[in-house]
Amino acid sequence: MSNRIGRRTLVFSKGPRITSRYTLVGPREGRGPHALDFHEIMGDDTLGQKTAEKTERLMLEIAIAKTLEQHGTEVHDLQFLIAGDLLNQITTSNLAASTHAVPFIGIYGACSTFAEALGLAAVLLQGDFADQVMVGTASHYQTAERQFRYPIELNVQHLATNQVTVTGAAAAILSFADRGPHLTHATFGQVVDMGLKDPQDMGSAMAPAAFQTIKDHLADTGRSLEDYDIVFTGDLGKQGSKMLRVLLERENYTGLERLQDGGSRIFGPGQAVGAGGSGAACIAVMTLGYILNCLESAKAKRVLVVATGALLSALTVLQGESIPCIAHAVVLEQ
Amino acid sequence: MQPKEYQQLVQENLPPRPIAKNMLWAFFVGGLICALGQVVLNIAKSFERTKNEAAAVTLAAMILLGTILTALGVYDEIAEKAGAGATVPITGFANTVTSAAMDFRREGFLLGMGAKMFVIAGPVIVYGILSGFVVALIKSLVLGLL
Repeated sequence: MSNRIGRRTLVFSKGPRITSRYTLVGPREGRGPHALDFHEIMGDDTLGQKTAEKTERLMLEIAIAKTLEQHGTEVHDLQFLIAGDLLNQITTSNLAASTHAVPFIGIYGACSTFAEALGLAAVLLQGDFADQVMVGTASHYQTAERQFRYPIELNVQHLATNQVTVTGAAAAILSFADRGPHLTHATFGQVVDMGLKDPQDMGSAMAPAAFQTIKDHLADTGRSLEDYDIVFTGDLGKQGSKMLRVLLERENYTGLERLQDGGSRIFGPGQAVGAGGSGAACIAVMTLGYILNCLESAKAKRVLVVATGALLSALTVLQGESIPCIAHAVVLEQ
Repeated sequence: MQPKEYQQLVQENLPPRPIAKNMLWAFFVGGLICALGQVVLNIAKSFERTKNEAAAVTLAAMILLGTILTALGVYDEIAEKAGAGATVPITGFANTVTSAAMDFRREGFLLGMGAKMFVIAGPVIVYGILSGFVVALIKSLVLGLL
């Protein structure tokens, strides 16, 4: 039996599930409307570390340790750890993984990393290559700001389309244990580049990638947006969400009221964050926090998570390259 | 959809920039910083012998102010509202140097802070000197000094 339907959607018939999870967010995210959906809110954004890079690493280590603890699993019972982050050479993940004696698959998908990790974990489980896989990611406002933009205290006036990197970390274990939501499908996206170059408006750049993946997923599965209680995009922000709606409306899709966006939701009004949140941790903490809580409390039965990533670097921006974008989708069911 | 078509669609859907509000903020905050500089200059004139020396004292005082506000994490908040009103005065220049110094301090004093302190301010210095040279050259030619 084929594990693939249509052109690119993978089906996980063996029923891999997200059997334990942990989310950790910074103080600013902790003041947002989803504070109660997260497992831990940091008292400050340093955790007593000397550099933000060290903090980010520690955050991921905490998320991994707590997830293991909740699952009652030792690290050597895992077959794989799949992790990624935003920093050059995914150093946060590499350093966090160096403390665990487990095969490590480091990935980079910018803000789409977490969905990429979930999809890959499900592939490994479905293919009988593993029976317990850990996925994780982290991002920190200050480390991302330093790498992709300017010094933190620099006098910059942000645009309304600008997004703020979420400080947070998330980890989950996927296995065949008898609890947690099922991961039933994954649609890995293609890179879409519409020639946009403004790093202050990544939402508009990413929207076509989300649109492409949603379109492919629905075509492959024969479903419509109405088949999902929530279609949860990651990090499009307010501007990107607007563009995604425009694209969907142009091709006469219905059920647009099911669209929600992690980046638009994680911060509340009055938090002065432009178009919303972004960063590898954004969709991760929102999926493992908010979406899984919705599934557990039966507020939603089936959710399509579409995580988008802007695959730019500080160098390509300066060299005038456009921003290639990607979106990966996974289906979570009660 | 063609990239050009989508780019057009994005342009049509961008949120409007609050230009009038930004200009007002820049005008008043920039003006406030300059007025403060004038107050310092007037005080400095009372104890310095020449105008140039008083100006030097004023510049140093404003740089110190910009540096302290940056170190306290306030200057970027001001700039978020005031834009060029906070960027153009010399306090903004002090902010570019201090913020870079604070950031790269983590990579050490020598190869971190020492090397990267002027990463934002560098272009201002380079092109400031270059334009100064060009203007001086034009002046010399016009006055027939060469």
